Amino acid sequence: MVIIENVNKTFGTKHVLKDISAKLYKGKCNFIIGASGGGKSVLMKCMVGLLTPETGSITFDGRDFLKLNYNEKISVRKDIGMLFQNTALFDSLSVEENVAFPLRMFTDFSEEQIIERVNFCLSRVNLVNLNKLFPSNISGGQKKRVGIARAIALNPKYLFCDEPNSGLDPLTSRVIDELITDITKEYNITTIINTHDMKSLFVMGENIIFIHQGQKWWEGEKAEIRPSGNKELLAFMEASEF
Amino acid sequence: MKFFQHFGEYLLFLKAVFTKPEKGKIFFKQIITESNNIGVGSFAIISLISGFIGAVSTIQIGYQLVSGILPDYLIGRIVRDSNILEFAPTVTALVLAGKVGSNIASEIGTMKVTEQVDALEIMGINAANYTSLAKIIAGVFSIPMLVLYAMILSLIGGAVSGWASGIISVESFVKGLRTDFMGYNVVFALTKAYTFAFLITSVSAFQGFRTQGGALEVGESSTKAVVYSCMSIIFFDYIISQLMLFK
Repeated sequence: MVIIENVNKTFGTKHVLKDISAKLYKGKCNFIIGASGGGKSVLMKCMVGLLTPETGSITFDGRDFLKLNYNEKISVRKDIGMLFQNTALFDSLSVEENVAFPLRMFTDFSEEQIIERVNFCLSRVNLVNLNKLFPSNISGGQKKRVGIARAIALNPKYLFCDEPNSGLDPLTSRVIDELITDITKEYNITTIINTHDMKSLFVMGENIIFIHQGQKWWEGEKAEIRPSGNKELLAFMEASEF
Repeated sequence: MKFFQHFGEYLLFLKAVFTKPEKGKIFFKQIITESNNIGVGSFAIISLISGFIGAVSTIQIGYQLVSGILPDYLIGRIVRDSNILEFAPTVTALVLAGKVGSNIASEIGTMKVTEQVDALEIMGINAANYTSLAKIIAGVFSIPMLVLYAMILSLIGGAVSGWASGIISVESFVKGLRTDFMGYNVVFALTKAYTFAFLITSVSAFQGFRTQGGALEVGESSTKAVVYSCMSIIFFDYIISQLMLFK
């Protein structure tokens, strides 16, 4: 479980995150939704340690990330897998080398064990026979799957997904959604998804946090959205429907 | 004021870069790859430039020493000293600032704007160290080699152009090369080469690493890397010359 308490983040005079507190549950797909510029990406960057909030705490299963020393932070980070909006695959490495990268960096596996694990992760995301291709030679959906394979290579406890469906067609989006849901349940990990995609939210969303103008505006389950009567949340949902 | 802020950021960047690499084996492979990119990849351009600089300097010195009073082997001696002391290390460094510097800055800059650097950080890897240390070490190792090669080739170019244009015979040129040769001049040139190699690679890596935005900013970082590397080369050229030639 990840617990966020009273997190504040400013950039110069702009107060981007205003006293945000939330709980993100293990074994669930936790969604952070909100309009562009509302602060959800900043919140995610604070959670993974790319940004440091001015106040508050972010606790990963009892470990307060902001109070840890450098080495302790590294050990938490090794428990984090992240799927980036633009996949962030290493251009100079092949698909196989991308997935093998965290294994080569952080384990003492033999080359055979690494390749075995890479093949397992790639088959888990339904990618076969692409090992030797480079990111520039595969499609957007395949890149996302390689990103997921890399993110799960070290068996993370926390999976962060930043706009996992951006730039994908509806069918591929559905495949990625199903993959993330299956992986979350299978490995019982805490998955945090930052998205605008309401279809994904209604398919896989379990715990939902709505960020509006830098504040946590609403939190609950998807069945509670419509009865909530929350004007801004309902307006955001209606704008996203078609 | 901004200069001091950037200089401070540069020092903090170097502090992050010069830490123990995560995995020695991967780091060693990176050094080999980068040495190949920087050293072998620059071989052709350095050959071309140093050969022609030697050739041109022989012709120009020959043109200025037409009095007939001075012995012609002096041309070889002046070409030797000017190439070893200045042309080979400094011109090679300026050329490499353009070729290697822009390459390093754009490569790291692209990694930054496409979130590859963020991916490294989230994995718990020191991104400054991973992206830059191997490049700096490979540069410091291979650029002085290129400078030595440029020295030799410029003297060969000088001898060939002197012979081809009829300014000086090869025997006289070689006599000039051997007259009052000082090994210290080569030490001086290599001191400059090591310093310039460090400046080119570290300044360019720093510029790449502080890139924010998109393709436009990657281009800007690349340009800044070349400009700042050239400026620092010229500045340290003066400082090292002052310190080592007039003690």
